[in-house]
Amino acid sequence: MWEKILEPWPWYVTGPLIGLMVPALLLLTGKTFGISGSFRHIDAICMPKSKLTYLRSDNWREYIWQLFMVAGLVIGGFVGNYLLSVHPVAFLPDDYYSLGGVIKLIIGGVLVGFGTRYANGCTSGHTIMGLSNLRWPSLVATISFFIGGLFTTFVLWPLLSLF
Amino acid sequence: MKRFVPLLLGMYFGIVLVKGEVVSWYRIQAMFRFEEAHMYLIIGSAVVVGAISLQIIKRFEMKTVGGESLTIREKPFNKGVVIGGICFGLGWAITGACPGPIYAQIGSGAYMAIVTFISALLGAYLYAWLQPKLPV
Repeated sequence: MWEKILEPWPWYVTGPLIGLMVPALLLLTGKTFGISGSFRHIDAICMPKSKLTYLRSDNWREYIWQLFMVAGLVIGGFVGNYLLSVHPVAFLPDDYYSLGGVIKLIIGGVLVGFGTRYANGCTSGHTIMGLSNLRWPSLVATISFFIGGLFTTFVLWPLLSLF
Repeated sequence: MKRFVPLLLGMYFGIVLVKGEVVSWYRIQAMFRFEEAHMYLIIGSAVVVGAISLQIIKRFEMKTVGGESLTIREKPFNKGVVIGGICFGLGWAITGACPGPIYAQIGSGAYMAIVTFISALLGAYLYAWLQPKLPV
């Protein structure tokens, strides 16, 4: 059993355990699952004097729970890779640890932050939570995520490889 | 408790994302290149479990452990779902991480993910700045 836990987990363990986040969060805390809202709240906290409506109108105090959840995610990432693995895994390619990698991650990161806020959700809030709740806007969101991802992979990648 | 439980759930989520290699740039690449079914099976089975759970919760009108009635926040449709969604997808395939995995990657020791995180905060700020001008 313990050896199995230290190995990478198969999809049929991982997927259902991710799905259980939805009822666990709802029943234990009454909150609807989502992650990318944390970017807005962190921005709002860091810039309390901002005149931008999107940040000024943010009730981040109501979302302290989400900030604790994402802090837990960082800790969980450490525990999973260092305490529950025989050999820690490198999840980003070695060539991302370079100036070109930094440029790629800046472009990608800005798109992730901008896109998830404009779409009002990410793979957690739309794909896992929204689809579980049988919401069609979340299906549209999920299809849009994949259109973007496929475009980068098959069209933009040769350009990005220049960095 | 209001803070401790989300912290624990976040840790749980982070461990699952790492052990299932959902935070792996290579797994996301393999997904978008249709080279392996791993990510599709994870997303699919997660949604099935989530959907069954929500049906049970609704059918039996369950309440929180604290006895409060449940309201599920529902996201409305607007143009941002499509345009923003595509922008997010463009970035996701570059960073190899959607928002949850960005945090878990940092914890996993892939310290370059800090660049992704700070850039995502900048991206959210860019949205805040452009919001009045963007189509809704």
